[in-house]
Order: sequence, then C-alpha cells, then structure tokens
Amino acid sequence: MRRTTSLWLLIGLTGYAVLPWYMLRRDFWSFRWLADFGEPASAPALFLVLNFERFWLAPAGLALLLAWLLLRLKNPVRRARLIAITAFTGLFMTAFQGLVIVRAGPRAFGNLLEFGGMQDGQVGFGAGAFVTLIALLFVLTTAISAMGKGRGDAFVVGLIGLIISMVGVFVFFPVLHILIRGFEVDGGYSVLQFFPRFFSADIWGIGCLAGGSCGPGLNSVILAIMTGATTTALGLAFALIFTRTDFRAKRLLRLLTVIPIVTPPFVIGLALILLFGRTGAVTELFAELFGIEKTRWIYGFGGIYLAQVLSFTPIAFLVMIGVVEGVSPSMEEASQTLNADRWQTFRYVSLPLMRPGLANAFLLGFIESLADFGNPLVLGGNFNVLSTEIYFSIVGTVADPAKTAILSIALLSLTLGAFLVQRRWVGKKSYATVTGKGDAGRHAALSKGVKALCYATALPWAAFTAVVYSMIIFGSFVKLWGIDNSFTLAHYIRAFGIKITDNGWRFSGVAWDSYFTTLTIASIAAPLTAILGLATAYLLVRQKFVGREVFEFSTMLSFAIPGTVIGVSYIMAFNFPPIELTGTSIILIIVFVFRNMPVGVRGGIASMSQLDKSLDEASITLGANSFTTVRRVIAPLLGPAILAALTYSFVRAITSVSAVIFLVSAKHNMATAFIVGRVENGEFGLAIAYSAVLIITMITAIILLQLLIGKRKLRRIDRIERSA
Amino acid sequence: MKKLTIMGAAMLAGTVLAGHASAQELNVICSNEQDWCDLMASAFEDETGIDVSMVRKSTGETLAQVRAEAGNPKIDVWWGGTGDPHLIASAEGLTQPSGADTSELLGWAVNLAEISGGRTIGIHAGALGIAYNTEILAEKGVEPPACWRDLTNPDYAGEIQVANPNSSGTAYTELATLVQIFGEDDGFRLLAEIGENVNTYTKSGSAPSKAAARGETGISIGFMHDMVKLAKAGFPLAIVSPCEGTGYEVGGVSIIEGAQNFDEAVQWVNFVLSAEAQSLGPQVDVFNVPSNSNATVPPESPALESIKLIDYDFATYGSSETRARLLARWDEEVKPAE
Repeated sequence: MRRTTSLWLLIGLTGYAVLPWYMLRRDFWSFRWLADFGEPASAPALFLVLNFERFWLAPAGLALLLAWLLLRLKNPVRRARLIAITAFTGLFMTAFQGLVIVRAGPRAFGNLLEFGGMQDGQVGFGAGAFVTLIALLFVLTTAISAMGKGRGDAFVVGLIGLIISMVGVFVFFPVLHILIRGFEVDGGYSVLQFFPRFFSADIWGIGCLAGGSCGPGLNSVILAIMTGATTTALGLAFALIFTRTDFRAKRLLRLLTVIPIVTPPFVIGLALILLFGRTGAVTELFAELFGIEKTRWIYGFGGIYLAQVLSFTPIAFLVMIGVVEGVSPSMEEASQTLNADRWQTFRYVSLPLMRPGLANAFLLGFIESLADFGNPLVLGGNFNVLSTEIYFSIVGTVADPAKTAILSIALLSLTLGAFLVQRRWVGKKSYATVTGKGDAGRHAALSKGVKALCYATALPWAAFTAVVYSMIIFGSFVKLWGIDNSFTLAHYIRAFGIKITDNGWRFSGVAWDSYFTTLTIASIAAPLTAILGLATAYLLVRQKFVGREVFEFSTMLSFAIPGTVIGVSYIMAFNFPPIELTGTSIILIIVFVFRNMPVGVRGGIASMSQLDKSLDEASITLGANSFTTVRRVIAPLLGPAILAALTYSFVRAITSVSAVIFLVSAKHNMATAFIVGRVENGEFGLAIAYSAVLIITMITAIILLQLLIGKRKLRRIDRIERSA
Repeated sequence: MKKLTIMGAAMLAGTVLAGHASAQELNVICSNEQDWCDLMASAFEDETGIDVSMVRKSTGETLAQVRAEAGNPKIDVWWGGTGDPHLIASAEGLTQPSGADTSELLGWAVNLAEISGGRTIGIHAGALGIAYNTEILAEKGVEPPACWRDLTNPDYAGEIQVANPNSSGTAYTELATLVQIFGEDDGFRLLAEIGENVNTYTKSGSAPSKAAARGETGISIGFMHDMVKLAKAGFPLAIVSPCEGTGYEVGGVSIIEGAQNFDEAVQWVNFVLSAEAQSLGPQVDVFNVPSNSNATVPPESPALESIKLIDYDFATYGSSETRARLLARWDEEVKPAE
C-alpha cells in the first residue's frame, strides 16, 4: 500500500504545485502557462493559496500532505483508516468549494463567505485540479482496499471508485438538473403534485384499445416491446447462420447486418418514404399490379417500427454473435451423445445457454427504441412517442421544463422496469461455458426446421436492407432524388471538393470541416468507451460489492435518457464552474463515452458470463494479480465484445443526432448536425452524399478494427458438424 | 480550410504578439439556411476583420440553449429565425438592446424592435401561404385552392398537411393569422373544418411543404420562401397567396445578455441590417423579403406588395399568455381526438 499511495501522492502534488489549477482560456498543450506561471489565471493551487489568499483551495493540498505524514504510522489498519478519512475530506472540500464559489462569487451562504477573494469568483477546474482530484481519489480507494474491503485488491477498489465517480459526475450530476424540475411547482417544490401529473392520461392514455389513439407512454412501450423482440429474433437468426451453418455469402451478410447502424437515422426514414410512401416506388408498383390503394401507412406505427427494426437489428446481432459463438460444443456434443436430436439439443441446451445474450439484446433493443428520436420525427405522423414529446417540450413553441422532466421520468421508469424484468429472467444460473478445459468438440448443426426458419427470417431481411441501401447510394448520384433522376456528381463535389491551385491544394468542399472534427472525436471517444464499458462489465460480473445492482442500473441511465434531455442537461451542468466544458470538443467526447458505454457494458456482461471463473482463479493461483488477469486472460477472450464496443461507440459518435445538437459549437461542428441542417434546408442530395461518404468511412473503420483485433481463439478449430 | 487558416493565423498571432491582446472574435448562432449563414459570416469577416465562429441551429434549439446558458453565455449574437422566439428571449431578459440604427428599416422591422425595447430587430419577413402539388391535384381532378376557406372543401379530404402549433412556430403563425382574419371563434371553427381534411399534423413547420413537393400530400401550409425554394429546385409545387389575406413572420437578430464580445456583436447587428449585406441573399437562394428599404429584392421572392398582408399584431400574439391560451384552445377544438 505504501508504494502505491506514495506514487499517487506524488502525482497529486504535481497537480497541486505545478499544473495550472484553473481551466485555461488557451490550449493547455501550448504550454504558454509555464511562462505565465505567476498570474492567478494560470498558477497552480499552491501558489494561489500562498500568494493570492485563495485559502479555500488549501484543503486539497493539506490532505495530500497529511496523507503523506500518515503513511509513517505503524498500525496498518489505523493508517489506512486515517488516510481514507483525510483523502475523502480533501475531495469533499475541494468539490464543495468548486460548486459554491462560481464565476460570480459564492452562490450560496453568501453572508458567511464575504472575506478574502471569494467575492471575485473563480472559473472552472483545470488540469491541476483534475490531476489533484484523481490522485486523492486513488489514495482514498487504495486506503479503502488496505482496510480489507474488496478482498484487499487495490486495483478492483480503484476501478470501482473511478467508475462510480465518473458516472456520478457525468451522468447523475447533469441529469439531476433536469429531473428536479419535475417536482417544481410555482415558486417551490412539491412531491405530492408530481404523482397526478405523472399518472395523467396525457401520458398513459389507453384510447387505442378502443380504436382511438393512446398516450405517448403506452405507444412507446408497445413500440419498444415489438422492436426489442423483433431485433432479438433477427439478431439470433443472423448469429446462428454465421456460426452454425455453411452459408456461402457470410461476408456479404455480415456487411448488410452492420450497415444500418452506420447510417444517420433520417436517411433510413427518407429511403423508406421513397419506397413505401404514398408516391413511393413499391407503393406505385403494388397499386399498378394489384390495384392496392395508395395509403400513408408508413407514417405512424408501421413506419417507425420498420425503421427501428432496420436500425437496431445490428446491435442485437453484435451482442448475439459473441454469445452464440461462446456456447461450448462439448455441451452440445454431450447432449447428442445422450441421444438428443439436433432440435432437442438446440432447444434444451444451446438456447438456454444463450439466455444472457437474448436478454441483453432485447434490453438494448427496447431501450434504443424508447430513446430513438430520429425515426419517429421523420415517420411519426400522428403517432406520438415519449422521445419526440420530450424534444418538443424543450424546443416547442411553449417550453415546459416540468413536462420535460415528467416525461423523462416516465421514460426512465420504463427502462428500469425492463431492466428488472430482464434480470429476473436471466436469473442466477450459471452460463459459463468457456472453461479453459479441453474443448475440441464441434458445434451441433442446426436442425432442418431451425435452419429453414433462420434463413426464412434473415435472408429476406438482408435483401430488404440491400434494397434500402442501394436506393440511398443511388440518391446521392442523382440531381433530385425521386423527381429528376439524371446522373450527377455535383453533390459530392460540393461536399468534398478539393481545389488545386497554384499554391498547392486545399479542401474546398463544405463538409470537410465537420467531417474531420467528427472523425477525430469519434476516434478518441471509441476506445475510451470500450475500456470504460468493459471495465464496468468486469466489475459487475466478477466482483461482488455492496450496491452492485444500483451501480449496474446507474450505468444504464445515460443510455435510457433521450439524447435531447442529455444535451440540455449537459449545458445546464457544464456551462458553469466547477466543470466548464461547453463549446469545447471535450464535452462531445464525454457525452459520447457516457451515452454509449452501456453497450460496452451489456456486451461485456453477456460475453463475460460465459467465461468460467476457474480461468481467473487459475491465473490468480499462479500468482498474477487481478490487473494481470484482466489483461492476459480475460481481455483476449473478449475479442468480439471489445470489437462490438469499439465499433458501436465509434459509429454512434458519428451518427447520433439528438444529444449533439445542443452541444456542437462553431469550432466543433459534427457531421450529423451539419446533415440535419441541410435536410431542414431541403438539400437532400448533399445530405445523402455526405451520409454515403460517412457510411463508407465507417465500414472501412470497422473492417480495419476487425483486422486489428482479430478473431479470438476459443478452441483449436471452430468446426461445425457437417450436415449429413 | 477555414480551420487551417484560423490555426495558421492563431500560430502567427501567438508568435508575434506572444500572448498579448488576442484577435477580435465573435460567436454567432445562425438560425437561417446554412448557405446564407456561411455567406454572411465570410462577408462580415472580410469587412471587419473579426473572426466569426458560427454554428447553425434551429430557433427552438437555440432558445433552449440560450436559456440553459443564461448567466454565462458562450454565444454573443443570435441571428435569424422567426421573431417569436426572439421576443420570448427578450421578455425573459435573455437578450440585451443593441442600440442599432433602425432608420433605414421597413415598418415591420422597426415594430419588432419597439415591442422588444430594442432587444431584437427585424431582418427579413416571410409571408404564410398555401402550396399544392400540381401533379397530385391534376390526377385527382380537383381545383387548386385560392383562399383559406377553400381548404374546407371535402375534395381535399386527407390531402392537407400542416404542422402542429404546439411544436412549430410556423403553424402557430398560421393559427394566429386565421384568428386575426376571422375573429377567434370563427377562426377556430375554420381550423377545425380544415382539420377534417388534414392527414397529419407534423412536428416541424417546414415538413408539410417538403411532403407536398414529393407528392406525399396534396396541399401544404407554410412559409412561402420555403415553397419557392422547393419549386425552384424542380419539384411540381405551385404557391398560392390566400385571397382573404395572410400573416407573416419577421426574422430577428438579438444580442445575448452578458455577451463576452458585445462590441463585435453590435458590429454584426449593424452589418446584417445594412442594405449591402441584405442584398446578398439571392446569391444563395434566399427568397424572403429584406428589412432594409434600400436592399435589392430578389425577383423570385414573393413580393410582399402583391400579397394581401394582414396587420399582424406581434405584441399580442407573441405574448406568452395569448400563446398559451390559443394553444390550449387548439388542443381542445382542433387537435384530432385521442
């Protein structure tokens, strides 16, 4: 403990005495702050306390100093306990002063805090504050582990502490800003008034059972259940075709299952309108052939459902493929040895072992559908769902923060419900099948019926996806999609033109700026998301600690809240000290990391539940610590989960719209915000050409990632039983 | 490219000035069309040498952001978008007077400034109109509408699309216009009768005209300059100025309260109100009517003289109380039964 703690204390001291405490107006990496060391704006905390009477910054430094002195204590338990208390106090005091003393001076306890320079206020935390706080956090967790918590494993306790504080700061803190409004009544707060508003028929109306229309709450639930179930079924069918059949065009199929998530949402909506709208190609064809009346069925439940299934099936597939691959062949062989036929093996052995995958895929589909905003906006018609209602309660002609909060709480309770049901269904059984023991069997082939069913569901779907995407590519090369179908390259030249002049060449297209920003931010956010998500999954599956279920749900929170709410709450929370991030690219990265992390968590949990604990134990018995075990044993076995998390977070950082719209700034504009603006302006050709380029970019990235990560080797050879 | 230039300029400035007085800069949110935003930003940079950072967001999103950032705004000036949200922002104290000269401006633009105490000034106007898809109506063999009242014609059953005034400022302007032309009770009765023919109340105000352009609906109600743009792009769309007269929106420009670059923001306001700047619109297909009386009007733009404009009462119909009351009544009497 002494060595770890000393190391963190040293780091903390650097943050406190060398790095600039406050955020800088200019770039940190220019190191201009070294030159302006003596000025309060770029001085370290130690200097501020000594020279500028900012004594309220002292507790952090004192805590570091005290902890260092306490290291000398002989009694290890007392030492740990005292250091923990010291570090916690330092953290708490620093956070407290940051929240209270803002730009305009103290915002609470004004009368008590009149002395010193407090009235002048202060700006947000900078590099120094960040490093100091992180160091104090790890001193705290190291001390806690030394007290014997978490089986004395400093790595595990540190990880838990880090994730909890990050989720607290970047999920709970902002979201509370919005949710608290739900309890607001004229001039105060009331809990009692909340319930009648929450349970009003405006949200939960059941008129559709009697032939009318339902409230948005019920609409959302029905839609989400349908979407969740369908995407899970399709995901399973695709995964089975991949792992259990000798289907020839697997690569092509793989591409088709991935493309939909790499598509900005409104593009799918637009393509569906052009196919199935009242004047759509398919509608016209059917009207001509069979005399079917042209209707607008696509605007409403049908259209949203179709678009969502199209968009979210790949997510289910990404979760399912890892799980289906992981089911051990020896179990299937054992079943067959015991004289079960292929159907029985599938039904009673393989399928039950896939439960964590099915449950997690359904949960993701359900939540995605609830929070989806782009598809209902384009295809909703008169069918109202919670996410669009929330959006327009924020940006509509009459903004209603209380309604926003209540609808968001409704949405969150639906998520919580689905989460609990999911847990019950998975139950406490063990799904571990990757045990590290000799496992050279071959996967049972599918029975004829199951195979036929898989083909019958997945292949038409794949064909449909292919049609939709050829339409999109086609749309980017014609003058006016659907009206004037003559060939042109004008859209691409406008968006991605490169001018060659005497002085060399330059990016003259209008899309380049946002394209580069988007790629940079997505490439930074993706690995962070994957690491955070999988680390969380590791803790949830492998470690036992108090409040684990609450912790698990809290990691799902940011995913379940519609992006619009997250966007606005991020402005409310991070436009003011202590954490001032609006207008930077950091806020975009953070919002992506915390919004997409749950996919990493779900995928990680699903895959990790299959890895037998004996693998960890073997590694630990051989003298490795838990960090080494994660790095050398668990991580390599999680290939598909890592790939899924990386892919998903990279792609979502590029395609998500709703959260981003409030957070983009002039210097950091994102591709989707740009595309939405163009669509709003009626420039479909340009928007679609840009989307097509983004799609190709993302597919390239995914292929590169796949090559980079490679295929995990669970057994010497992955064999599938030959269909006899 | 712009980024590269800025980075280069910043590096140069950094080495020459060694961290002293930084270049003048201005943060603008633009709620107009993207091309129009880009063009004005670069024209302003050319004229003043001030670095403009600009991002485009819709009016509703901008208002939400300005509200959330109140007290420590990252934006200096908000340019474009319908006047109502600008008026709301000024009523909530989110914007501040710019003190710009309004002597060259047309009456409706000055009117906006007077209502808001100089906090927002009119930059352009766009009239409300009806558009129909010529192919669809010809196929159905029905006459195109000429007046608001015509829209109640049962021949148009299921062919009219209009936005929901709860989410769209465009649709609220339509609601307020009909109320002002026909009186409140008759106006709502007419809206309900038109409602019999409406297939969808869309969320976004510009969606109905796009749907009409593609033939997804026969008739749409919206702003004429959006329709002109679609027709010019090649869609079979014809535009009608209703015979009873029609209302209009006035786009505004406002400086955010607590703006960090106030002086530059004032320069921006003066710039966008100038005749030279406003005359640039047609270059990027902007067809609304400029507020400066000396600016040249694009020939395609729906000339306000030929349209029977009503005397739209922005002060009354822009106020939150009237708005809340009318919207509640709309929910009650017009909104399709749930």
